[in-house]
Amino acid sequence: MKRLKNFLLLLAAAPVLAFAAGATVHLDKAPVNLADQDSLQRGARMFVNYCLNCHSASAMRYARLQDIGLTEDQIKDNLMFAAEKPGELMKVGMTKAEAKAWFGATPPDLSVIARSRGADWLYTYLRSFYRDDTRATGWNNTVFDKVGMPHVMWSLQGEQVAHYKTVVDHEGKETHAFDRFELVKPGTVTLAEYDAQVGDLVNYLVWMGEPAQLQRKKLGVIVLLFLGVFFVVAYYLKKEFWKDIH
Amino acid sequence: MSALQKMMGWVDDRFPLTATYKAHLSEYYAPKNFNFWYFFGSLALLVLVLQIVTGIFLTMNYKPDAELAFASVEYIMRDVDWGWLIRYMHSTGASMFFVVVYLHMFRGLMYGSYRKPRELIWIFGVMIYLALMAEAFLGYLLPWGQMSYWGAQVIVNLFAAVPFIGEDLSIWIRGDYVIGDATLNRFFAFHVIALPLVLLGLVVVHLVALHEVGSNNPDGVEIKKHKDPVTHIPLDGIPFHPYYTVKDIVGVIVFLMVFSAILFFAPEMGGYFLEAANFVPADPLQTPQHIAPLWYFTPFYAILRAVPPLFGSQFPGVVAMGMSIVLMFFLPWLDRSKVKSIRYRGPIYKIALALFIISFVGLGYLGLLPSTPVATLVAQVFSVIYFLFFLLMPWYTSIDKTKPEPERVTG
Repeated sequence: MKRLKNFLLLLAAAPVLAFAAGATVHLDKAPVNLADQDSLQRGARMFVNYCLNCHSASAMRYARLQDIGLTEDQIKDNLMFAAEKPGELMKVGMTKAEAKAWFGATPPDLSVIARSRGADWLYTYLRSFYRDDTRATGWNNTVFDKVGMPHVMWSLQGEQVAHYKTVVDHEGKETHAFDRFELVKPGTVTLAEYDAQVGDLVNYLVWMGEPAQLQRKKLGVIVLLFLGVFFVVAYYLKKEFWKDIH
Repeated sequence: MSALQKMMGWVDDRFPLTATYKAHLSEYYAPKNFNFWYFFGSLALLVLVLQIVTGIFLTMNYKPDAELAFASVEYIMRDVDWGWLIRYMHSTGASMFFVVVYLHMFRGLMYGSYRKPRELIWIFGVMIYLALMAEAFLGYLLPWGQMSYWGAQVIVNLFAAVPFIGEDLSIWIRGDYVIGDATLNRFFAFHVIALPLVLLGLVVVHLVALHEVGSNNPDGVEIKKHKDPVTHIPLDGIPFHPYYTVKDIVGVIVFLMVFSAILFFAPEMGGYFLEAANFVPADPLQTPQHIAPLWYFTPFYAILRAVPPLFGSQFPGVVAMGMSIVLMFFLPWLDRSKVKSIRYRGPIYKIALALFIISFVGLGYLGLLPSTPVATLVAQVFSVIYFLFFLLMPWYTSIDKTKPEPERVTG
C-alpha cells in the first residue's frame, strides 16, 4: 500500500514539473467569474460593440445569450446588428480576402479564442496596446509584437506609450526589456474602469468558448454524488460476497 | 421443468450459451489473491465500450471534410443535445484508455504475467497496444485543429525518412502532397471502422488465450498445480462470477469517479487531454511554434528525437522508435528468471524495473518539451536505459538472486 501511495504521488507530481517550464511574457490574472451574470451581459455588449465588426464567432448563436440571463427581445433589440433571427450564427460581413487586404491578416474567429489563448493572455493583451508610429495602424502591443489589429478600444482606455529599460542578463549582455506604460492621453473611462470592462469582456469570451460549461459543472456534482452512494452499496456488496474467502 | 429452463435447453441444443457462460464467468476460476493492479484489465474493456458507443454518436454529427470538420466539432459541443458530454467522454476516454493500459502493462511487468504459458496473451496485448496507438493517432486528426494537422504532418513525415521509397510512401499515406481533405477522409474511415474491428478481434483473442491458460496472480505461482482431487477445481481459485464481478464493480465506480472528475471539472486536463493549440482551426500555411504529440506518445517521440540524424536522414530515429516497441514482443523469451513475480525476484530486477519506469516516464516528460541540448542528452541516457532493460534482461535475470516461491498463493 505504501509503495502504491508513493507511485500515485509521483504521478501527481508530473504536471507540476511540466508547468515549471515555459512562461515568457508576464500575464495578469483575468478576473473570470462565470457565476456573475451581470458581468457576462456587460461583456456580451462589449463583444458585440467592439469585436463583432471584424471578428466573427461563427460557432455561436445569438439565441444562446439567453443562457446568461438575457431575453430574446433584449438580444434582438440591443445586440443583433448584423443578423435577422436569434437562431443565426455570429458572422461578419467582411470577407477573408478583404480582411487580409486591410489588416494584413484575417482576424481570427473568436468562438473558442479563450480556449486557445487562455483568459489571462486575452486580459493582458487587450490592455497592452501602445502607440507606435512605425506600425501602419499606429499601434503595437507588448503581448503580441507587431500585431495587425489596431487598438479598437482606444477611446475607452486612452493612448499609452511603452517605456523600456536596459537590463543586464545573466551572461552580462545588455538588453531592452519592457518597463511600464505611461498614459499620455486619457480615455473616456479611468484605467481601473477600463480594466473592469476588459475583465467583463474576457469573462464573456471564456463563457462563449464553451457555453455548456456551467451546466457541465452542475451535472458533475450530481454525477459524483451518485457515484459516491453507489460506491458504498457496491463496497458492502463485495464485502458480503467475499466474507467466506480467506 | 420451468418455461425458462425449457427455453435455455432449446437454446443450448443449438448454441453453447450455458457452456460459454460457465467457461468464462461462473466456472472460470481466477486466483483469489488479485490486488489493486488487477482492476485495469476489466477497466480497459469498459473504456473500449465507452469509446465505441460515444464514437458512434459522434459520427452522427461529425463531418469528415477539411472545410467543415472543425466547425462540426463545435456544433457538437454547442448545438447537439448532450453533444458536449459525448465529445468529452470520447476525448477523456482516449487519454484514460492509455492510463489504464499503461497500468495494466506495468502489472504484467511486475508479476511476470508474460511468462510461460502466457506468451501469446502478452503478444496479443502488445498488438492491442499498437492498434490503440494507431487508433488514437488517426482519431486525433479528426477535430482538424492546428495540433491535429501538424501532429499528423510530423508523424506521416517519419515515413518519408525511409530510404528510397520514403517520399512516395508518405504521399501514398496522405493521398496528397500535404495533409489535406483526402487524408482526413481516409483517417476517418480507418478510425471509425478498420481499427475498431482490429481492436475488437485482438481483445477477443487476448481473452480467449487468457481463459485457456488461466490468470496469473501477484505471487506468480500456478493455481492449477493444486486442484481439489474430487472436483478438480484449483484450491486457490474462485469463480470469476460472482466474486470478481462484484469486486470489479467497485473498481469501475472508483474509476468512473476519477473519469467524471476530469470530464466535468477539467476536461482539458491542463492541456494534456485537449491541447490549447487544437482550438485553432488547421492552417497549412502556419506552423505552430511548438508541436508536441499527446502525452501518451511522448516517450516514443523523445526516443525519436534522441537519436541523431545520419547523413541528414531521420531514419535511425524512426528505426529506434520502432524497435522500442518491437522489443516488447520478445519479452517472454528475454526474461530468464526462475520466478515470475517481483515479490520473489532479487534486487537486480527490482532496480532494473525501477530504472525502466523512471526512464519511460522521464522520456514521456521530455517528449512534451521543445528540444534543447540538455534535454536531448537526458533523453539519450533514458533511451539507452530503456533499451538495456530489454537487451540485458537475459543476463541480469539469470544472475539475480531470487527468493523461493511459495507452493500456494499467499493472499
